[in-house]
Amino acid sequence: MDLEKNFLSKLKTYLIFAGPVTIAFFTVIILPFIYGIYLTFTDWNGISATHTFIGFNNYLQMFKDKVFWTSFLLTLKYVFFSVIFINAIACFLAYLLTSGIKGQNFFRAGFFTPNLVGGILLGFIWQVVFSNILVYIGQRFNLPIFSASWLSDPNKAFWALVIVTVWQYSGYMMVIYISGFMNIPKDLLEAASIDGANSYYRLKNIILPLMVPSFTISVFLTLQRGFMVYDINLSLTNGGPYKSTELISMHVYNTAFLSQQYGIGQAEAFFLFAVVATVTLLQVYFSKKMEVES
Amino acid sequence: MKRKEYILNGIKLIFLSIVFVLYIFPFFIVLINSFKERKDILTNPIMIPDKLNLSNYIDAYTKMDYLHAFANSLIITVFSVVLITLFSSMTAYIFVRRKWKFNQFMFFFMVASMIIPFQGIMIPLVKIYGSIGMMNNKWSLIYMYVGFGASLAVFMYHGFIKSIPVELEEAATIDGCSQLQTFFKIVFPLLKPTTVTIAILDILWIWNDFLLPYLVLISPDQRTLPLSVFYFYGTYTIEYGPAMAALMIATIPVIIVYLIMQKQIIKGVLQGSIK
Repeated sequence: MDLEKNFLSKLKTYLIFAGPVTIAFFTVIILPFIYGIYLTFTDWNGISATHTFIGFNNYLQMFKDKVFWTSFLLTLKYVFFSVIFINAIACFLAYLLTSGIKGQNFFRAGFFTPNLVGGILLGFIWQVVFSNILVYIGQRFNLPIFSASWLSDPNKAFWALVIVTVWQYSGYMMVIYISGFMNIPKDLLEAASIDGANSYYRLKNIILPLMVPSFTISVFLTLQRGFMVYDINLSLTNGGPYKSTELISMHVYNTAFLSQQYGIGQAEAFFLFAVVATVTLLQVYFSKKMEVES
Repeated sequence: MKRKEYILNGIKLIFLSIVFVLYIFPFFIVLINSFKERKDILTNPIMIPDKLNLSNYIDAYTKMDYLHAFANSLIITVFSVVLITLFSSMTAYIFVRRKWKFNQFMFFFMVASMIIPFQGIMIPLVKIYGSIGMMNNKWSLIYMYVGFGASLAVFMYHGFIKSIPVELEEAATIDGCSQLQTFFKIVFPLLKPTTVTIAILDILWIWNDFLLPYLVLISPDQRTLPLSVFYFYGTYTIEYGPAMAALMIATIPVIIVYLIMQKQIIKGVLQGSIK
């Protein structure tokens, strides 16, 4: 049904339907993205009207900056552990909640609750738990592990971040895994049982291969969100104690908006973009290869 | 065999209940302490209060300028979601129904751009919109949400519109409907399931979003709910009671909506993630 005969009428139709989105998309995403690449080659400080072109200096500074690498490696560690724990717990909960247990809808709704609340609030709520409640319990019942606030110890503060992240996202990923389990055809499992496959073989040869798409999505989402985390980092630890839990997003923010080194900050942001894009694309590529038709 | 199953189910149920308590525990702790005075919080933070003292809530409500922040959040979320669903459905429609090279290119371009994280563009975004005086304004923020939210919405609508037969629209055109009339009278109502999914995902995202409003909205009277809690908490951390009450009154509206619309929300999240 091509109603438009010439270029002008095509343009008119396009602008009526897709004009607003096209304009917003280009001015909010594409223009800043391209301008951002340009900024990485300048020494703009956020205030002055002019900036000079300084070539690859920002990237060189970034690669020489020890604090940046500490933050980046810490982020990798954080992403690694949160992706593993989130997906393991989410998958296990989903498995239990699709086995026809009593009250499964109630449990599902409960586990999902943290996802309704923003990261800033969640971080503050857990700050209360780690700094007040657990310390109180530790002192009252003589548990040395809780007797001092986790948030004042660099190593424990890192694990506090991981725990809150796992708590926040495992309910969301559980929903994805639940739909994966529910999409496994029952007759296939029954046929396998009749043919004499025990539960181990059913798990290995039927359930897991059919769950690969759910893993693909969940791991993708958790990877992406892990690299980008900012809210919880800000409200739970604010990078402390002594900058020991400053993850990469917070580092980018601080370099640009607090130290006013916009060029370096944007170079770091661009590096982060490249890392996330590479990791997630590779992950999706390899998991798609493992998928089978049911 | 029956008995073994029975025991196994019991173990599962106990295990799930323990995990459930762990998941709800942080909310519960904040709730009980929000009714207590400072000294009671410090002496025993896990004790359940014997009376419902609402003074912390009144304190937090006034100091946070709660109603104002709530209204800001509501305006920003509603307008952003309405505009995203409206404009994205129209865009996806023209992308599907007109197989022009440019449309195919734009669709691909928008989908590919979804890999760009917000942190990758926040610095230039602040510079560009700061230099043309579009900061500290909720309408600029809504405009940005349309830009950030459009790609995923267009992608989801695109998938759905492809499955709608074109004959209905042809009939409408023959009956004298203009293109816009055809879209709004015939196509848009059919898109309702996708619209609901997108709306749920975008409401969860925009209502709770922190970093973008934190960068764009500067003056106190523009603050959204998460921003208002953030500044309140930063200023009054020592006053435990009001701080907990602030966390509660920011959380409760979402929980109420969730209790009413729980099924749709879980379904929406599910459909959104599969795409």
